[in-house]
Amino acid sequence: MSTEVPLLNVQIDGVWLQFPKGTKVIDACQQAGKFIPRYCYHPKLSIPGNCRMCLIEMGMPKMTPDRKPVLGPDGKPEIGWIPRPQISCAQDVAEGMGVRTDSPMVKECRQGVMEFLLINHPLDCPICDQAGECRLQEFSVEYGNAHSRFLERKVKKPKNVELGPRVTLDAERCVLCSRCIRFMKEVANDDVLGFVDRGGFSTIACHPDKTLESNYSLNTVDICPVGALTSTDFRFKMRVWFLKETKSIDVNDGLGCNILIGSREGQIYRITPRENNDVNGNWIPDSHRLNFKYLRAEERLLQPTVEGKQTSWSDAVSAAVTKLKSAGKLALVASARLTNEELYLAKRLATALNVTIQDVLPRTGEPDGILIPADRNPNTSGARLLGATGETPGARLKDILAGVRNGSITGILCLGEDLLDCGFTHDDLAKLKVIVVTSILANPTTAAAHVALPGAGFAEKRGSMINIRGRLQRLNKAVEPLGEARDDWEILTDLLAAAGCVHSLHSIEDVFRAMSQDVPEFAGLNLGKIGDLGLQLLNKPETVTA
Amino acid sequence: MAYTVRRPNLTFWEKLYLPNIVAGLAITFNHLKKMLKGETKVVMQYPEEKWDAQLPEYYRGAPTLVTDEHGRERCVSCQLCEFICPPRAIKITPGSLPTDSKFAKVEKAPQAFDIDMSRCIYCGLCEEVCPEQAIYLRKDYAVTGESRADMVHHKAKLYELGGSMPGLVHKWNPDK
Repeated sequence: MSTEVPLLNVQIDGVWLQFPKGTKVIDACQQAGKFIPRYCYHPKLSIPGNCRMCLIEMGMPKMTPDRKPVLGPDGKPEIGWIPRPQISCAQDVAEGMGVRTDSPMVKECRQGVMEFLLINHPLDCPICDQAGECRLQEFSVEYGNAHSRFLERKVKKPKNVELGPRVTLDAERCVLCSRCIRFMKEVANDDVLGFVDRGGFSTIACHPDKTLESNYSLNTVDICPVGALTSTDFRFKMRVWFLKETKSIDVNDGLGCNILIGSREGQIYRITPRENNDVNGNWIPDSHRLNFKYLRAEERLLQPTVEGKQTSWSDAVSAAVTKLKSAGKLALVASARLTNEELYLAKRLATALNVTIQDVLPRTGEPDGILIPADRNPNTSGARLLGATGETPGARLKDILAGVRNGSITGILCLGEDLLDCGFTHDDLAKLKVIVVTSILANPTTAAAHVALPGAGFAEKRGSMINIRGRLQRLNKAVEPLGEARDDWEILTDLLAAAGCVHSLHSIEDVFRAMSQDVPEFAGLNLGKIGDLGLQLLNKPETVTA
Repeated sequence: MAYTVRRPNLTFWEKLYLPNIVAGLAITFNHLKKMLKGETKVVMQYPEEKWDAQLPEYYRGAPTLVTDEHGRERCVSCQLCEFICPPRAIKITPGSLPTDSKFAKVEKAPQAFDIDMSRCIYCGLCEEVCPEQAIYLRKDYAVTGESRADMVHHKAKLYELGGSMPGLVHKWNPDK
């Protein structure tokens, strides 16, 4: 860093520690191992200080009349404690500051705040989706009382309110922390939420003419510390403690948001964002997190087919290679949705089969200015690096199409794309002597294909991808592929072996090792070294919105 | 570590062994005589005769689901019993109550509730963990079936066995 941030001495529960200037007291205490409960404070949002859960006892050094700190017998400043509690979230550390996080006053404050927060709470944990990851439950056990002293009637508030197409509100559970309001205003740039009514009747509501329909609305569900905002899609589907959480990345655009895939017994129930401040912060667009249901769609390919007939994998693989070898001049249409490992194997397969021309299908859209970039393919950088495409993805597709139309290209190996999306027509497909395709879902190309091989979706495989900023990130397997579908790298290594190329690639690690030997950018790396947060592989100063 | 077991010091008669056999047989013949004379009755002709009336209140038979006095199914499919079940016999598919239902305030009810009785070990943890007092181990013990599928109690069967249990918690009372 160019500017040196001065370190300040702070006493936390009797221990003197140093923190950089500008650190919030709540963060300083957490770094010192003294977690302070909070509802409204969120490090990525502004600080309203309205939940009062993070109260602490604070003091400043005693001063002599000439403004010098009074030193105690141990040489440290003597602290004059402020007789009333302070909120630690809206307070920066200061030189000589003292903090007590477990004094009797602090404990009594937390107990009192918890009691007030729970006065009107409906206590419907058995039906609440937040149960298991609810701060009210956690802090109530840790800092609250075992019994309620409240004998009056509880205030009734609206329940099961559709705030928008994807978010449901239960106002009785709300603790009015305003995280959702601040998120929509500050991060999603769509100021639709606010408080209405007063006192005990105060609730969250949408602006009368609007609904909560931003493409980032489900992030409010994630940051809601209680069960007030719930995802309409995930509502009542599965209890959170059953979900196995797999760290992976999103494959719906070039950024590759870090995600957690929540699955149970081979079924994905929800996807939530995972914090990575170099990529997506704490957020993810709704369109991306809800786009996992196609993995269980009706049109999922479950069995390899040769000439439309279902067959075994070994027959399908040998038929594919025999047909491709006898097809004449070949083209390869790969996908920028494949992982680096798959693209690397595709390149080796292309060499083994004497493929003359290859490209990937580009996908672009309007960037939204927050997280979604123009490039909607997750691994365009990887495809470029591994030679599956040129500098401009898709530039050679029209050459391939022209070749098919004038009869110079008679066979196509298509990996994970629909040729109709690449500008082909049904007539063009009928003209080809051989089409071999791998795909997750059935599409016109798989219907016309001579050999169709069912591949695995993003949550069913391991591998790595490079995002638009050149960051190498890792996919992890959350569930098994459906039916007979297989990991794409296994299909490709089998095709490679059938094409007569001797190799010893028996695991995804072997493939990565081979790739790191052949491609200098990957030298010295393996899947383990990529880590959960990825690492910067290519130095590209591009911004998200580029 | 090895340790020495002290052998009992047997008397001469005990060492002879046979007198003890005779003493044991005497007890057996005594019982036989009493039974032949009709003085004792130890056999019940199951299934014509049953012990059911003497089963204690706390008897742990097959787990069942119960409804409350308004006919509402008490279960809200919180899945805690599914979580606690040691042999994983319970499988619940959660669902929501329609908004026009009489009990719409409860919002949630099981879409499907299956207990695999070939797995159930009658431990009673499901009853203990239930926050809604919806699952009870009743006095049915003769659970039979001709296939594994027959041994799964579906939701309808569980309510049929369980019946109604009035007078329990009233947490979904709209006044509360």
